[in-house]
Amino acid sequence: MTPLLSVRDLNVRIPTPGGILHAVRGVNFDLMPGEVLGLVGESGSGKSVTLRSLIRLHRPPIEMTGTVEYGGQNLLDLSEARLRDVRGGQISMIFQEPMSALNPVLTVGEQIGENLREHKGLRGKAAQDRAAELLDLTGIPSPRARLSDYPHQFSGGMRQRAMIAIALASEPQLLLADEPTTALDVTIQDQILRLLLRLREELHMGVILVTHDLGVVAQTCDRVAVMYGGRLVETAGVNDLFHAPKHAYTLGLMRSLPGAGEHRRPLQPIPGGPPDLRSLPPGCPFAPRCEYVTDACQGMEPPLLEVAPGRFSACIHSDELPALKSTPEEVEV
Amino acid sequence: MHASYVIRRLLQIIPTFLAVMLVVFLLVRLLPGDPASAILGDRATAEIVERTNRELGLDRPLPIQFGVFVRNLLQGDLGDSISLKIPVLRLIGERLPTTLFLTAYAAVLGVLMAVPLAVLAAVRRNTWVDAVIRAVFQVGLSLPVFYVALQLLSLLGARLGWFPIGGYGEGFGGHLYHLFLPALTLGLNLAAILVRTLRNSIIEVLTAEYVDFARAKGLRSRVIMTRHVLRNALIATVTLLGLNIGALIGGAVITETVFAIPGVGRLMVDAIFGRDYPVIQGLTLTFALIVSLVFLITDLIHARLDPRAELS
Repeated sequence: MTPLLSVRDLNVRIPTPGGILHAVRGVNFDLMPGEVLGLVGESGSGKSVTLRSLIRLHRPPIEMTGTVEYGGQNLLDLSEARLRDVRGGQISMIFQEPMSALNPVLTVGEQIGENLREHKGLRGKAAQDRAAELLDLTGIPSPRARLSDYPHQFSGGMRQRAMIAIALASEPQLLLADEPTTALDVTIQDQILRLLLRLREELHMGVILVTHDLGVVAQTCDRVAVMYGGRLVETAGVNDLFHAPKHAYTLGLMRSLPGAGEHRRPLQPIPGGPPDLRSLPPGCPFAPRCEYVTDACQGMEPPLLEVAPGRFSACIHSDELPALKSTPEEVEV
Repeated sequence: MHASYVIRRLLQIIPTFLAVMLVVFLLVRLLPGDPASAILGDRATAEIVERTNRELGLDRPLPIQFGVFVRNLLQGDLGDSISLKIPVLRLIGERLPTTLFLTAYAAVLGVLMAVPLAVLAAVRRNTWVDAVIRAVFQVGLSLPVFYVALQLLSLLGARLGWFPIGGYGEGFGGHLYHLFLPALTLGLNLAAILVRTLRNSIIEVLTAEYVDFARAKGLRSRVIMTRHVLRNALIATVTLLGLNIGALIGGAVITETVFAIPGVGRLMVDAIFGRDYPVIQGLTLTFALIVSLVFLITDLIHARLDPRAELS
């Protein structure tokens, strides 16, 4: 099966007053049609920057290099006009904070309508009907009446549903979700994740879900890519990852997660903070915080290598890490 | 829409109006000189001056004069002009449309200049394009209105002969043609204020997440700029525009004098020099009423542009 999206050697450089911030450093991954890939990491690991560069959302002076192959073309050097057909048309994106991502002066109906006009050629009554259908699909009660409401008249959860409805208007092949549940309380978060999974089934679209929350990953993802210091440090199927992480950073993330039932144990936070991407030390960027660190970690940055079938890790001590033998189901959301 | 709000706001104009009445009534009487001397000239004897003042009712105590003023006003009578001997209301009725036309014309020209230039400056921010636009308007803002008026008059009017150097013209097209230079003078001043604010709001809105969301939806840049950016950026600018309409009317006083336009601005200047108390009072009240109405309209437009704004 050919991948829906293929990312190769993606680099993002952000000029700042303190020097160039190399936010994404040589990221590679594939996404299969209909697959849900979780992009996990702490704040500043480059996961949202990676997600935004997939549809070239960064503006100059931010620089994006590498290839993002979709439908036989590299989105990073497509013309603006061609890119616009892909953006919102075949690849849609939803943001973390629907209150700031929805335009406050346009009604929800207008904001769905402009997608339908741009990508589906629908106008007037037909667009209205379709917009109401989409709100209904995302579980918004009395959808037709709510089309003329403004975003501030919606509750937080309803706003996120509305944003999902806007993103789905063009029936995309791929949905990019940037921490879609972070701003919501836990019960609403659960509803939104279930909604995304249901829509994935019904519309058979791929999803890349950026999150810092392994609980969200456990509940939704087929495969996980863990980011640290602007690089992918581990990729694995979600069960494999929870059973036995193959990177010391992933292990640290797991241990800082509250377990459920008999797996209750004291939480172990990872000491220290994320590295400064303007001046990275040589060697593994996680080394200064790592309990498995040896001299070998300090020399050069370990590449992402296949350590087991379908499993990749950039940790030279991947064999020595203990198996946690946990399952995604045990993780509290 | 919002009928009760509009009625409440209209009622609030009444106290404002009363305050303006009292202030203007006292202010004109604080001016050195009096109407009789102004009418009669330097050679008039004290006796004639006194008699004229008595005929005009100006010899009576101030509270009584004010009472008469208010009583007449309640009956819709602003009195007669002392120098022209015709009712002030009729005088204003004849001249006001010209000034309103000039003000509206200037506002339209100002907005037409400001919006595209502000968009250009914002999109090309921190480049030479932005620097030139901002510098030109900064200079424009610091030049006095009468100076700009005279320069435009001598260049586009006298030297190039493209536009008439005065008068009001006949019919709508004639008014547009004759009032172009004065409207441009006032419009430039307004545009200078608007460009700066609008440019900054556009730059701020461009960083909003909903603009990124609009881009992620694959919308055209033109659609993003007009629907998503400008609509939000204009909210603050509309309020500023409303506040400046008052200043525009003040500017019209000078501009009408320079361009010899028969509007209320000229009338005001003549009335002040002639100590024509009823005309000064009537005009000031008219201006206060117009400014109050403009503020009300501004608030209504603001509420229309920003659905989050509550009218209260």
